[in-house]
Amino acid sequence: MPENKVEAVAKQSVLSLQNYALLSGRAVATFLNRPRYLADFITQADSIGVGSLPIVLLTGFFTGGVLALQSASTLAQFGAAAITGQLVSFSMIKELGPVLTSLMVSGRNASGMASELGSMRVTEQLDAMRALGTDPVRKLVGPRILATIFVLFFLTIISDAVGTLGGAMVAIFMLGQDGSQYFHNAYQSLQYPDILQGLVKPLFFGFIIATIGCFYGMNTKGGTQGVGRSTTQAVVVSSVLIIASDFVISRFMIGLFGR
Amino acid sequence: MATAANPEVEAARPASTDPVVVFDDVSIAFDGNEVLQNISFQVMPGETRIVLGPAGCGKSVLLKLANGLLLPDAGRIYVFGKEINAMPEEDLFAFRDRIGMVFQEGALFDSMTVRDNVAYRLIEEHVSAEEIDRRVLEVLRFVELDHTIDKYPSQLSGGMRRRVAIARAIVTKPDLLLYDSPTGGLDPITSTTIIELVVKQRDVFHTSSLLVTHRLQDAFMMATHRFDQAENRMVPMAKGELDAQTTFLMLHDRKLVFDGTTQELVHSTNPFIKNYLE
Repeated sequence: MPENKVEAVAKQSVLSLQNYALLSGRAVATFLNRPRYLADFITQADSIGVGSLPIVLLTGFFTGGVLALQSASTLAQFGAAAITGQLVSFSMIKELGPVLTSLMVSGRNASGMASELGSMRVTEQLDAMRALGTDPVRKLVGPRILATIFVLFFLTIISDAVGTLGGAMVAIFMLGQDGSQYFHNAYQSLQYPDILQGLVKPLFFGFIIATIGCFYGMNTKGGTQGVGRSTTQAVVVSSVLIIASDFVISRFMIGLFGR
Repeated sequence: MATAANPEVEAARPASTDPVVVFDDVSIAFDGNEVLQNISFQVMPGETRIVLGPAGCGKSVLLKLANGLLLPDAGRIYVFGKEINAMPEEDLFAFRDRIGMVFQEGALFDSMTVRDNVAYRLIEEHVSAEEIDRRVLEVLRFVELDHTIDKYPSQLSGGMRRRVAIARAIVTKPDLLLYDSPTGGLDPITSTTIIELVVKQRDVFHTSSLLVTHRLQDAFMMATHRFDQAENRMVPMAKGELDAQTTFLMLHDRKLVFDGTTQELVHSTNPFIKNYLE
């Protein structure tokens, strides 16, 4: 019966949401007391941060470059090509830096977390960990959440800087604009609320990437096929949530600061 | 130095005559399908209970219930006198210090060496590196795998992985051992090696245990053999003699259909059991 199917899907969705909230809540609660797994945090920060650096650098650089390339011609029609630097830095710092960096990190690490924890789940390694007296949420999920939030913050700053630099390269060497004018505009137009907006977002996005990746990993069912399914779902859901939450955070911050 | 045992857990240590495990009218279902129904039995100190039954009858579920890895829908489970299904998960982590579990496929951590797998619990308890090395070598010698200490699980055969899993389960000298099909999927010679280790643990350390298997030959080998410490090998008992501490449980169609000794099992008139044993 179609009604029954709709009801089953609705129940499953609510149950998944409840389980996600419970896992996230339990993981955050583990930050408050001992034992803490500092070594696991450092390992994860290294894996996520250093491992993601090349893709973040490349994405940031070429995004800034293409932004300058596309916007300069449009701005030139209004005689405003000189503010290319402003447009690039605004776009990179407020929106594209955090969002694209998070999407890159999500593609690389939400999938990695889901497949790693999913494999552990289907081979009973998570049960073995519990049987050996260790809380998998505390040892596996907590450090991943903290590490993702921590490194995404710095990766976003790097991406912002490299994107602005990429825009400068295009503006100076391909469009023949003045370099000091580009950087002057890029710097002068920025205000603290803009930077704050760009730095608050990766904190939320990092939480989304890690919790979604771990949630799908720890709830994997159905052997190796299930691991593949969890990996795909983790990337899709975290990417959609990043973009959706970006809208909500932007609206909130604009409402708060008026820009 | 090993960390001192949890005082709460120590306080919960029962007198030697109290049952180690008690299942009291336990039932559990998954997605509406009942897997175990009204299961009741006990494991006494030093006793080895072999859980028999066809594949998929809930034997592994029963073992996970005994370790608190799953919670029953109805009934109560007592381990060392404590009702584990009423304990919060945080308390269970400390409580499991007294329970060793060997999983069906070993469930070794594939990114860790044999040393780190076996030492996992000791590392978590911040035992010193020298003490860890000493205890890991001791248990690896017990399972005759001390030469594999620096290898990864993927470099070991199936039988070797099970032996490492046994070493990991016994490294803290637990009071209760749970074996989930330790010989499943192994060839007869390797299976005998694993059973010899289980019998050695039973006869040398007298650890209470629950062993799940669907292989009758393994079950009867345990009932009819003992470990000879002088010869350092498993030997058959005298003709007609059976190990009194090894008893049987049989699951069928969600229910416990047998609970008794080897003699009672082989002379059972239950049609399912007779058919199963043939």
